[in-house]
Amino acid sequence: MAEIQWNVGSTAALPKPQFDAILARLREKGFQTVGPRLRDDAVVYGPVANLADFPQGFTSEENAALYRVVKSGNSRYFDITPGAQSWKQYFFPPRVSLFKARKNGGWKMENSSEAAPRIAMIGVRPCEIAAIKIQDLAFLRDDFTDPLYRDRRKNAFIVAVNCLHPGGTCFCASMGTGPKASGDFDLALTELDDVFMLEIGSEAGREIIEGLPLQSADASLKQKAEKGLAEAKKKMGRTMDTGDLPGLILKNLNSPEWEAVAKRCMSCSSCTLVCPTCFCWDTQDHTSLDGNETERERVWDSCFNPGYSYQAGGNTRPNTRSRYRQWLSHKLGTWKEQYGVLGCVGCGRCITWCPVKIDITEEIAALRKEARS
Amino acid sequence: MTTLAAANRPAAVSAEELLAPRWAEVAEFQPEIENLATIWLRFKDPALGKAYTFQPGQFNMLYLPGYGEAAISICSDAEKRDVIGHTVRFVGNVTRAVSRLKIGDPVGVRGPFGTHWPIEQLEGKDIILAAGGIGLPPLRPVIYHILRNRAKYGKVILLYGARTPADLLYTTQFEEWRKADIDVQITVDRADDTWKGQVGVVSMLFYHFRLDPAKTAVMTCGPEIMIRFVVFEALARRVPTERIYVSLERNMKCGQGSCGHCQLGPFFVCKDGPVFPFSAIEPYFNVEEF
Repeated sequence: MAEIQWNVGSTAALPKPQFDAILARLREKGFQTVGPRLRDDAVVYGPVANLADFPQGFTSEENAALYRVVKSGNSRYFDITPGAQSWKQYFFPPRVSLFKARKNGGWKMENSSEAAPRIAMIGVRPCEIAAIKIQDLAFLRDDFTDPLYRDRRKNAFIVAVNCLHPGGTCFCASMGTGPKASGDFDLALTELDDVFMLEIGSEAGREIIEGLPLQSADASLKQKAEKGLAEAKKKMGRTMDTGDLPGLILKNLNSPEWEAVAKRCMSCSSCTLVCPTCFCWDTQDHTSLDGNETERERVWDSCFNPGYSYQAGGNTRPNTRSRYRQWLSHKLGTWKEQYGVLGCVGCGRCITWCPVKIDITEEIAALRKEARS
Repeated sequence: MTTLAAANRPAAVSAEELLAPRWAEVAEFQPEIENLATIWLRFKDPALGKAYTFQPGQFNMLYLPGYGEAAISICSDAEKRDVIGHTVRFVGNVTRAVSRLKIGDPVGVRGPFGTHWPIEQLEGKDIILAAGGIGLPPLRPVIYHILRNRAKYGKVILLYGARTPADLLYTTQFEEWRKADIDVQITVDRADDTWKGQVGVVSMLFYHFRLDPAKTAVMTCGPEIMIRFVVFEALARRVPTERIYVSLERNMKCGQGSCGHCQLGPFFVCKDGPVFPFSAIEPYFNVEEF
């Protein structure tokens, strides 16, 4: 068999057993391979060694405040929608050391010298790629580059998986982020019954598959994948009318709808923790009992936490109404002015994981209705 | 919405350094009034001390090992940078620890951060500085600048108020400022037996003089409620919103528009502020609890 010359943009047919070779090569190159795994009846991201570690034969059911892993009745590996976790935990860890200071004569600073891990992310959904791109805008700005994020991000290898089975709370089609990844991956998979269609998205991706005994994807395979993705687009569990969202929200900051949602919202911050784009962080200082050592950590924060807007003069947002409004008006409103894009990718996590079934798509619809009346 | 451009940081500051403070030591601890002092800091590294510049209105993040960090505006003369002054009110965990500092104690510094008062842009204008309580320190560098460049400005009026006469800051300097033809007008919310001056809120002082809206600029800092009324009085006298500058306070953790805490609508107060032309923040400032 003549070896095929692969290029960025080429599409190959990857027999499923060959997938393990890709994971092995990534590890040889020094990557930790991480992907979706079943744990305690939910999907979490964790180390994956081979295809057998992926949740084969499972899918998931989502609705407001509902997430359930169920048997899919087929043998596919990537039919399950991501769980509460998103990939942001790898670039923007929930808890990370900023620096340590030690009192030894005088105080000395010890910057964290830990090298950033090299993560190969296997099974990144198109909405999650969009979320990573959004966080890039927040952490890798012209006027400030976050060194912790930068090092983790530049080390990463992304294997995308296109979505053929959107979940019940998904609305990526409305947000224009899925169900097909349009770029910003190294490799992208579309899973068919017996084979993966594999798209090469970068030079690094090409290097990983070079020399593997792969065939080019033929027209019928491509057609099958395209058909599946076109159908997936129609199977989104939710939709959102995105017409001038910033205008809608910022013109209605005093709408009674905020009060209505505040009656249900518990200000628990789940939505912000599961959101793959929420980037707010707090600092925590931990000091040894003798007072000679202290460490500053960066931890995720949420605009729903009372301390978030607390200052010497009082609390800027002293109630749930103002906190929910801050979250939504930032995510779907002022984010656009800050970064040129909206802060929502339509992954549906905030709907799935809200304990009281607050649904961002319904809230927007309600705000529109209220604004018209 | 046009905001002011953040002043440039020295190019030598890396992203890593922006997250980790650099050490300074307390050169002088100057008690001002009850629960309030000015601490003067000198960088341990002389090269850093030399490279460090700031503009009036900018702030530093001050770090006390074991206690944490607080955003404190710089209150000293931007052209005298041997030591950097911060007037601090002892109110929270970090600032109460500041109250116990002694000369030579280490303090971590990150900064300077934020936008500054557009003093050069306002040359030729009449200037009204309106400050309430601890809102005066971030305006004091403007006064120093005006003292040094008095001829470049028209009328200069400082409207300053505090809760009681005992809460007035920098009173020993008023005479010097008045000598330099700055009209220093003082008011207190509640007088005591010794007080012979005005009683009332800062915005009330606007009724004591006439201004020419075509050539007047207002800079204000203080409690948000005071800012609201100062802006109201300035607008009532037809000062254009673009020439009313306000310095806002918000919870801040990072100083560079990353941690999210200080957001006001599309703005990160630490990076797009703290000094804003009122025209930029007007749509958001007037929304309750936003």
